[in-house]
Amino acid sequence: MSKFYEHYSEDTEQQIIRETFHLVSKRDENVCNFLEGGLLIGGSDYKLIYRHYATLYFVFCVDSSESELGILDLIQVFVETLDKCFENVCELDLIFHVDKVHNILAEMVMGGMVLETNMNEIIMQVDAQNKMEKSEAGIAGAPARAVSAVKNMNLPEMPRNINIGDISIKVPNLPSFK
Amino acid sequence: MALKIVKGSIDRMFDKNLQDLVRGIRNHKEDEAKYISTCIDEIKQELKQDNIAVKANAVCKLTYLQMLGYDVSWAAFNIVEVMSSSKFTYKRIGYLAASQCFHESTDVIMLTTNQIRKDLSSPNQYDTGVALTGLSCFVTPDLARDLANDIMTLMSHTKPYIRKKAVLIMYKVFLKYPESLRPAFPRLKEKLEDPDPGVQSAAVNVICELARRNPKNYLSLAPLFFKLMTSSTNNWVLIKIIKLFGALTPLEPRLGKKLIEPLTNLIHSTSAMSLLYECVNTVIAVLISLSSGMPNHSASIQLCVQKLRILIEDSDQNLKYLGLLAMSKILKTHPKSVQSHKDLILQCLDDKDESIRLRALDLLYGMVSKKNLMEIVKKLMLHVDKAEGTTYRDELLTKIIDICSQSNYQYITNFEWYISILVELTRLEGTRHGHLIASQMLDVAIRVKAIRIFAVAQMATLLDNAHLLTGNMQRNGICEVLYAAAWICGEFSEHLENPMQTLEAMLRPKVATLPGHIQAVYVQNAAKLFATVLKSQEGNTEGTPAQETSQLMVERLPLFVQSANLEVQERASCILQLVKYIQKLQQKDVEVAEEVSALFAGELNPVAPKAQKKVPVPEGLDLDAWINEPPSESESEDEQPKAIFTREEPKHSRPRHTEVDEKELAKRREVRKQEQANNPFYIKASPSSQKVYQETHGVEHIPVVQIDLSVPLKVPGLPMSDQYVKLEEERRQKDRADKKKKKKEKRKDKRTGRGKRHDSGPESEEDITPAHMVDIVTEEMPENALPSDDDDKDPNDPHKALDIDLDKPLADSEKLPVRSHRAAEALKSPGEDGDAVSAATLEPRKKRSKEKREEKKKDKDGDRKKSKEEKKKKKHKHEEKEENLLSGQADEPVVQSEESSQVAAPPTSTSAEVSDLDFWLSNAPVPSNTQEAATVAAAAEAASVPEAVSGTAPDSEPEEPKDAEMEETKSSKHKKKKQKKEKEEKEKKKKKKHHHHHRHSDAGGEESVQNGTVEEEEPLPSMSNYCLLAENSYIKMVYDIQGNLQDGSQVVVSVIFENKCDSFLKSMEFNVLDSLNSKLQRPEGSGPHDGLTVPFQLPPGVSNEARFVFTMQSIVMPQKLKGTLTFIVKNDDSSTHEKLDFKLHFTCTSYLISTPCYSDAFAKLLESGDLKSSSIKLEAVLMPFHHLLARICFHHHFSVVERIDSCASMYSRTIQGHHVCLLVKTADQTVSIDAKCDEPTLLGNVLDEIKQTFSQC
Repeated sequence: MSKFYEHYSEDTEQQIIRETFHLVSKRDENVCNFLEGGLLIGGSDYKLIYRHYATLYFVFCVDSSESELGILDLIQVFVETLDKCFENVCELDLIFHVDKVHNILAEMVMGGMVLETNMNEIIMQVDAQNKMEKSEAGIAGAPARAVSAVKNMNLPEMPRNINIGDISIKVPNLPSFK
Repeated sequence: MALKIVKGSIDRMFDKNLQDLVRGIRNHKEDEAKYISTCIDEIKQELKQDNIAVKANAVCKLTYLQMLGYDVSWAAFNIVEVMSSSKFTYKRIGYLAASQCFHESTDVIMLTTNQIRKDLSSPNQYDTGVALTGLSCFVTPDLARDLANDIMTLMSHTKPYIRKKAVLIMYKVFLKYPESLRPAFPRLKEKLEDPDPGVQSAAVNVICELARRNPKNYLSLAPLFFKLMTSSTNNWVLIKIIKLFGALTPLEPRLGKKLIEPLTNLIHSTSAMSLLYECVNTVIAVLISLSSGMPNHSASIQLCVQKLRILIEDSDQNLKYLGLLAMSKILKTHPKSVQSHKDLILQCLDDKDESIRLRALDLLYGMVSKKNLMEIVKKLMLHVDKAEGTTYRDELLTKIIDICSQSNYQYITNFEWYISILVELTRLEGTRHGHLIASQMLDVAIRVKAIRIFAVAQMATLLDNAHLLTGNMQRNGICEVLYAAAWICGEFSEHLENPMQTLEAMLRPKVATLPGHIQAVYVQNAAKLFATVLKSQEGNTEGTPAQETSQLMVERLPLFVQSANLEVQERASCILQLVKYIQKLQQKDVEVAEEVSALFAGELNPVAPKAQKKVPVPEGLDLDAWINEPPSESESEDEQPKAIFTREEPKHSRPRHTEVDEKELAKRREVRKQEQANNPFYIKASPSSQKVYQETHGVEHIPVVQIDLSVPLKVPGLPMSDQYVKLEEERRQKDRADKKKKKKEKRKDKRTGRGKRHDSGPESEEDITPAHMVDIVTEEMPENALPSDDDDKDPNDPHKALDIDLDKPLADSEKLPVRSHRAAEALKSPGEDGDAVSAATLEPRKKRSKEKREEKKKDKDGDRKKSKEEKKKKKHKHEEKEENLLSGQADEPVVQSEESSQVAAPPTSTSAEVSDLDFWLSNAPVPSNTQEAATVAAAAEAASVPEAVSGTAPDSEPEEPKDAEMEETKSSKHKKKKQKKEKEEKEKKKKKKHHHHHRHSDAGGEESVQNGTVEEEEPLPSMSNYCLLAENSYIKMVYDIQGNLQDGSQVVVSVIFENKCDSFLKSMEFNVLDSLNSKLQRPEGSGPHDGLTVPFQLPPGVSNEARFVFTMQSIVMPQKLKGTLTFIVKNDDSSTHEKLDFKLHFTCTSYLISTPCYSDAFAKLLESGDLKSSSIKLEAVLMPFHHLLARICFHHHFSVVERIDSCASMYSRTIQGHHVCLLVKTADQTVSIDAKCDEPTLLGNVLDEIKQTFSQC
């Protein structure tokens, strides 16, 4: 999944994501988590800051107004929040519920700027919104949910071999993730 | 109803939802594109349904597809539909989709304004929240303008959740709609002290972001932030504030001094590494800003370095990296303190992480000394061998060269070693830095005399083994080295051991595969070698070997004569002829060696890079003058816009290179002299190169004025270096015996060629400057010229617009636009209230902290208790300051920044805070106020009104006098401001006059078109036929169409492309869909649908004109052609394809060509009776008659045949020879035009167009 806070055409976005993945994925486990933007969009003022969790990469592209270590912490907060919201998050959660991940991210980062860093606050807001959603769905939602459950049962062996292809790259870009 | 809903959801069961889509895509790995296209079809079907749930589901899927890189902008309208759903679930989906794929050029965005406004004022906080989140991603200038007020209101919402979002989004609004910044700022400031930490941090975030771009406007907030810094416990906020201070300190050194103490405390106390790191970073920034000798800060430097060492030694690679990064900042100002950690940094060079190694490399630069240079480079060389990635290896290579060559080879003790390092480096495969090595070789060989023998030997070997380098050289730059090698061998051929062998090596057939410029050098230097060889061989009295050598040349050179490269070809054929001639002479047993080598005699001196600039412009030479007046096409047409630009631009650029004033130059020269004196390798020390100069009895004795040049310098086309060379030549010639006269011509050529390349030593500059310096005219800068850093700013930078003085009071005009039915007052008052509130809340806290501090500082400030003493001090300081001012420009930035901070403080309630800043900072040793402040202090003492309220200065003891002082400064500032304003106004007037003048001249041009009487009439407004073709955020196109007289079926479309963005535009292709009647002329061989390449690229901000020829069959009707411009937007590191559609409008007017016609011929034409007539009437034309005529002439390509009072006859001809005659009469604002033409349709259209022209104005 990706989130851009600056407008790029779809092609450019894909190119950025590919490049980012290329850069990040070939790095060793025990090297530092910063990459200077350089060839990527935005030039020298931008840094890629990433964290690697099992098969997932969380990459933030930030400019120099952001503290590097601060962003690493933020990624940690993000992942922990995901973990709480999805109850033991795994990459499939992120793959199948992109919209939810977006909603959670929206509570943390808005328009490229850090909105909230307090995990409890974030979870509270996300939960409140989900509750609202459920109450709205009411009766109308029930049959659809049932169907979706059936569908999932029909496919017991959902593909588990999600390695390189599915990275979760988030590129809040340019004056971005300020 | 309920049934319907249930039915709807049953329908929904059979639709795919997002999860199904994801699953489907994953199951169709092989034919993903196909699967997705079927999905998109399904989605399109779903979007057509009425059920909002289905639509939302479809939009949700589209959002996912967008992330996969599919363009979903076609569904923008559906997204808006989903956004406007009343249900939060769908609304959220809609806003998410919008935030992902809407952008400024999405046209449906304007439809959303009211929806968003509704959502913002929704009672449900999450509706508002989701709208704010969405808006933050796709806010446009229009939206920002329309919604700014609503968001402002939300900033004081009761829910902190909304408040913090509203505060944060204000930054985006400011960016898009800078006018909103000032009205909104008081409230934003107020939010800095919001009880909710989230809101507070959002406000800090926004202000930090604003201040990062334009720090000086936010200096006044420093005390507030200072308080936050000392009180806040939120690390995130602290980091932001500390970063902000890092940006502010360079503007206000006093601030830095204040910061050091709390920062050091934080460094000692905090456990958070991120905070620690930022503190260290800011302390470094402070230290840099204070670098002008504050010895007592060495403690803090030590502290920083120590902490950084801990970071670097940490096992966490991230900390290590950041530590090195910060260390390199210290290195710039305090290299000594870093040097002690050399061991650590060298250790980092061995790190397995490339980022860390690169950082360490940066640091190495400052670590080297004479002693350890060889050792370090040896280590680096080892790394070069081991390095796997080319980027890293290239980086190493440049670093090695950087390190070695820094400060004029200061650390190199053995140049033989350096040469061999360079030679070793050439063995690197695939490096891009061949030219760098080459230039180093040349530099060293030229400047270090003693090394030449060694260098030549090495280079000869290189040339011999050229094939080793040439393996894959076409791709990489290493063959550049051969360029240097060939040149060194040729130029210093007397040092060659075996010149013959080298000559042969240089003439190998394989050389022909080298790039052209290298071949050229080969050929030239082969000739030099040839001369040397001849000389040595003729000494042997036997003619045969010499003749053999000539034979070799004659045999091999034809290879180069055939070269595709012009330079090579030319040089080769010249030399070939020369050698053939020599051969002839040799056969007659004439000794030629002397003369041949005389061709290449003469010592070469390096020319300083700046030498060119020092050449004075001779009297009478106006570099801005045209050599030939630029060709003006058909007098009146597009000359106008062009002329304006060409005339003005040179004036702008001119003062720039004369900026360096004499004083500066003198200073630099002094420094350079010093440097040279200390530099053992400086060639001047070597006897031979000095010889030339010894003969001249002090260059200073030759006044420049007396130099009568044999070649007049009034040749603006000649490059400056030529002038310089000639000047130099001339000067030497005077002092030297004229025996060398013959050689001069040759040498001059050589010099111009080489001087540019080997510009390395400041040496010759030294010799030049005394003679020239005198003559440099220091051109006065325009009065209001700003320090140049403003010029660097990118005009397109959105942040520039936010450079707004926030302390000015709000003017009435500066309200945010409010919907009409809302009371405008509601807006105005919160702003003022906000101010008052913030002031009120500020006071108590500040007081408290002030008291505390007072206690602490009491002993320190004991001597300052009495304001009299204070005053004295001030005076004293003021004197000091004056001295400082006199002593040099070093202090100037400080003064400037003070001034700017003062200027930023106009007399208002808010300005109190700015002045507070001065108090707040005033315990620092730098005096804060100017003379007025000091003199008024006494008066203030008497008047002293205890305004404790405004005494927000936490640690300045004597409050009262300062308050008064503040008021005084205020008023003085006020005065200053006024004066400034007046000045500005005057200038404006001047400009206006100037402009007026311009127009007048234009009008003059216009009037000359008339054949009739020339009267003194009102000037014409400027006109242009260029009209907008198309425009987007990257590029703007304007065009003009003109007929082509030579070919009756062609029109020329001139399109001016203007690059509007800050990226490079290239590969522009211009394509038009041909119609039956009109076709774009394409080069032969290209298909009817191929685009034409625009023959230039556009750097940012540049515009250029291209012409396209169209062939027309019938010209009686206007027509429109659709077309597209495609281009690539290239940034530093990415490039995108963009396209822009346009419509070319061919009016009938564009087929007309203004053709002069005599009145008798005109009469005949009318009498002939072949012409059909038609007429129009223009009502209410207010412009003077001559304007009207000029307009018709200009826009419709007519010419006036005759004009009598308020009646004129006009004539024009189409490209196909149709005659068009007009009789224009005017009476009482009504203009009647009777027209005749042999083609009625055409005439009708032309008249319509004329009518349109006048209806527009």
